[in-house]
Amino acid sequence: MHEENDDILEQITSSEYKYGFVTDIEADEAPKGLSEDTVRFISAKKNEPVWMLEYRLKAYRHWLTMEEPKWPNVEYPPINYQDIIYYSAPKQKIAPDSLDDIDPELRKTFEKLGISLNEQKRLTGVAVDAVIDSVSVATTFKEELSKVGVIFCSMSEAIQDHPALIQKYLGSVVPATDNFFSALNAAVFSDGSFCFIPKGVRCPMELSTYFRINAANTGQFERTLIVAEDEAYVSYLEGCTAPMRDENQLHAAVVEIVAMEKAEVKYSTVQNWYPGDKEGKGGIYNFVTKRGICAGDHSKISWTQVETGSSITWKYPSVILKGDYSIGEFYSVAVTNNFQQADTGTKMVHLGKNTKSRIVSKGISAGKSQNSYRGLVSVAKNAGNARNFSQCDSLLLGDKCGAHTFPYIEVKNNTAVVEHEATTSKIGEDQIFYCNQRGIDTETAVALIVNGFAKEVMNQLPMEFAVEAQKLLAISLEGSVG
Amino acid sequence: MLKINNLQARIEEKEILKGINLDIKPGEIHAIMGPNGSGKSTLASVLAGRSDYEVTGGSVEFMGKDLLELSPEDRAKEGLFLAFQYPVEIPGVSTTNFIKSAVNEKRKYLGLEPLDAAQFLRNMKEKMKLVEIDQSLLSRSLNEGFSGGEKKRNEIFQMAMLEPKLAILDETDSGLDIDALRIVANGVNQLRSKDNAFLVVTHYQRLLDYIVPDFVHVLYKGRIVRSGTKELAKELEVKGYDFIKAEVDQELA
Repeated sequence: MHEENDDILEQITSSEYKYGFVTDIEADEAPKGLSEDTVRFISAKKNEPVWMLEYRLKAYRHWLTMEEPKWPNVEYPPINYQDIIYYSAPKQKIAPDSLDDIDPELRKTFEKLGISLNEQKRLTGVAVDAVIDSVSVATTFKEELSKVGVIFCSMSEAIQDHPALIQKYLGSVVPATDNFFSALNAAVFSDGSFCFIPKGVRCPMELSTYFRINAANTGQFERTLIVAEDEAYVSYLEGCTAPMRDENQLHAAVVEIVAMEKAEVKYSTVQNWYPGDKEGKGGIYNFVTKRGICAGDHSKISWTQVETGSSITWKYPSVILKGDYSIGEFYSVAVTNNFQQADTGTKMVHLGKNTKSRIVSKGISAGKSQNSYRGLVSVAKNAGNARNFSQCDSLLLGDKCGAHTFPYIEVKNNTAVVEHEATTSKIGEDQIFYCNQRGIDTETAVALIVNGFAKEVMNQLPMEFAVEAQKLLAISLEGSVG
Repeated sequence: MLKINNLQARIEEKEILKGINLDIKPGEIHAIMGPNGSGKSTLASVLAGRSDYEVTGGSVEFMGKDLLELSPEDRAKEGLFLAFQYPVEIPGVSTTNFIKSAVNEKRKYLGLEPLDAAQFLRNMKEKMKLVEIDQSLLSRSLNEGFSGGEKKRNEIFQMAMLEPKLAILDETDSGLDIDALRIVANGVNQLRSKDNAFLVVTHYQRLLDYIVPDFVHVLYKGRIVRSGTKELAKELEVKGYDFIKAEVDQELA
């Protein structure tokens, strides 16, 4: 059995990363390295107003005083921040007036990824913003959305067209000074998506952003801001892929969500950055800060993530429950294989009264990977009747991987009820044999068992994403048990 | 249908099967009885292809094919079914979904189109009656939180859905009360046909009151030491295994 296990463990490692191609697109790049000049270069490239440049410079100067966090349960060689290209934009002769003007190579890239930028294909019913390397290349369904007052555009456009909103909300949830990577992002972010749902509007379609790193040696630093006014609702999807490259690439994004009174924002991620090869060479360093604030009473923010990619994942989508009766949710499936490392979880900060949070984390480890859940539940002194339920389950495939749980609980109000449950299990040979005996081969059996394990989270994904995510889980773990 | 010739098998260094011979034809029900530790469950596991056991000698032919050359899943798809003594739990996977996967894997193997949802459901409704199993049970995660009786009924239900040529029942009666035993046996009897066969592994004779075997074999120390009709089972009921043990031990000595 052990030999067989090893054989099959060998096989997973050879399972191919489907999105590893490189598109040959001419790029407009900043020189390597980071300085005030780089920051000014990016800001100038984007014709930014002075306040934006000032914001960036302030963040950059603060960043210089900070140190990279060392507490995550991950290991990697020091990052040389002077060896990264901070701005890379696909060269286009003219700014595209319509989607037809987009570089055909670029269109092909997105077609390969299964993303349609064609507004005619209304059947998909999903509005897409596509970000390649440092810039947004296309946003679909803009006009239709604007009819109901929804703003959905690239961050660059938002800075030009909606400066008041950006000045009001950018950095309001994740200040530039929040942490090392958020400061870096604030200094050099080059694009991202902005989404604004006005009072009382239920966004008529799913909004989605696809992020793609293409150019070599570049970092991707995108910024997403979602604001839902009173009684507004939006469901937002995010997908990410990158080419296979031998060197590690840095991705340090910031996502901010503001939910006003009775507003609801549902944010779903299927993260499939290149995870590196079977020896652990290459792959994306995914250092991301995601945070939402339930600013108004009875508001709700829900994070759902399916993380299968990246060589290292460091992210804790969080909710600040400021409004009374507000609700925060975090549903996560994190898969690690080969030499991948994930340190991910959430923070639920209860400030308002009668606030509720729910955490469901499912970690799946295979190969020689390390998978950690790290979560904080904090209840402030005045947050009466706060409720939290956390469930952290780990599933191990093989005996060379690791699963770790670091739950932190800080309660300062004695009316709080905080529950934490954790389990660790292994896919058993008995389970596999049972499936085999019913005619189900080992690979299909693993996919079945893993999807069963992750079901509670998968059920939270919008339909369009659920099927894709299920397949992704199966592919990521191909053959990982004998 | 199944020809076992001088089959020997061991787990780690321990020899368990020391030369089994058995011939099962379509339409027949064979019972394997024997004291604890005689190798009954090992025989069932080896036939199903559990990799903990190493076959050290002999041959097994199933439907004209070398069974021992086939992977466990291919054995299943060729029509061999094992009703487990201890069915496993698979959290998050509904029983219905699991059976549907199994049925369609088998159909794919046989070159048939997968069943659509409506056909599958119709089929399921029909087979549910056989084992008096409830829809609500099938919506739950496979075997999770099922009672002992529910697990065994679920095994027979899966058997009904998969329509195997040869079904091996590994101590299906263990842990069942009399009502559950009757339901399980009733299911088996209704599925019985001239084209399929059953190998019923049991410690006790009482199951054989409900599922009447054509042949009864007694397994002891890794060999079939006595074969006969259902009368042999009755005799064992009265006398216990000790008289056979004594006879065999004398022969061996």
